[in-house]
Amino acid sequence: MSGNSKLRAGAVAMIFAALAGPSIAADIGYVKVVKGAVTVERGGKSIPAAVGTAVQAGDVIRTIANASVGLTMVDDTLLSAGPNSVLTLDRLDYDPSMRNGRLDATLGAGTLAVVSGRIAKQSPEAMTLRTPLAILGVRGTEFAVSAHDPVLANP
Amino acid sequence: MIRCLRTLDVSITLFAAAVAGCATQSGTVVLLPERDGRAAAVHVKQGERSLVLDSPYAAAEVTSTGPRAAKVGADEVKAMFGAALDAQPMRATAFTLYFEEEDALTGDSQRIVEDVLAAIARYPVPDVVLVGHTDLVGTDTFNDELARKRAESVRQRLVARGIAPGRIVAYGRGKREPAVPTGDGVPEPRNRRVEIIVR
Repeated sequence: MSGNSKLRAGAVAMIFAALAGPSIAADIGYVKVVKGAVTVERGGKSIPAAVGTAVQAGDVIRTIANASVGLTMVDDTLLSAGPNSVLTLDRLDYDPSMRNGRLDATLGAGTLAVVSGRIAKQSPEAMTLRTPLAILGVRGTEFAVSAHDPVLANP
Repeated sequence: MIRCLRTLDVSITLFAAAVAGCATQSGTVVLLPERDGRAAAVHVKQGERSLVLDSPYAAAEVTSTGPRAAKVGADEVKAMFGAALDAQPMRATAFTLYFEEEDALTGDSQRIVEDVLAAIARYPVPDVVLVGHTDLVGTDTFNDELARKRAESVRQRLVARGIAPGRIVAYGRGKREPAVPTGDGVPEPRNRRVEIIVR
């Protein structure tokens, strides 16, 4: 295969991916705030996040040093991550006409601020956030979590 | 430490922590003051050990030995989480429009549409969610359709005023969620409504 035809095949594959994208998985939220370099990783591909970018279940959101990102999820949950963060949107099932669902996310590293939305309001087990060391059950609240910061100065 | 941070998968992170003797892996969870006074709690679980945070600035220090209760101040929260908090998107704004009958808005609600449009204009990439409701007169099937029609009529009104159709979703909840509880079959104007979320 010549370099040109490889390029063409790649372009065709990208077009197919772009066309197929929306029908494969539902959008579970939108990027609303971007500062610095933020990427969304989906199916092994990494794309730069921009204001308005839709996110889907399984997406991994990454920020580099000095970067941060804010997401509004479809149940009104706000997730915002600081620099050097890795946030995986494991699952978000939400039926807006029935107001129930389930939200699971993982902060692999970095910092995250959360304002819970309608899913956490509905039942104590409906929203969980994982970090490498702990599992947080969210009962409808605002909180912040880090996955690597040094221990508190005055515990 | 860096190796711990850069590792992508949770299970791999734990594995790397064990192999590299990465004893400094840790974390902090802080409950923040509520803006709207809702009941708040976060349950921090590490295996069998757990801790409940249920007052403002209550914190848990998370290490390999389990969660430990701590208390942090607003300054520490800012130092640790300032960047994440600064990136927080605008909170959702809620409105309710009321209907005379079928899908005709009341006079007051026609004016509130202007407030809805003004709110939408404040958001950088707005999403609008419309949920239609009915009173308890009629069957579920009838009211599901009526609720959907009400939401759809608001959607058309917003689109006519220049809001991109792709940014609006409209649903009906029928008679399942009355704002004012009544017996079945009771007409109640306060239940004939479309709830709007702009975010």
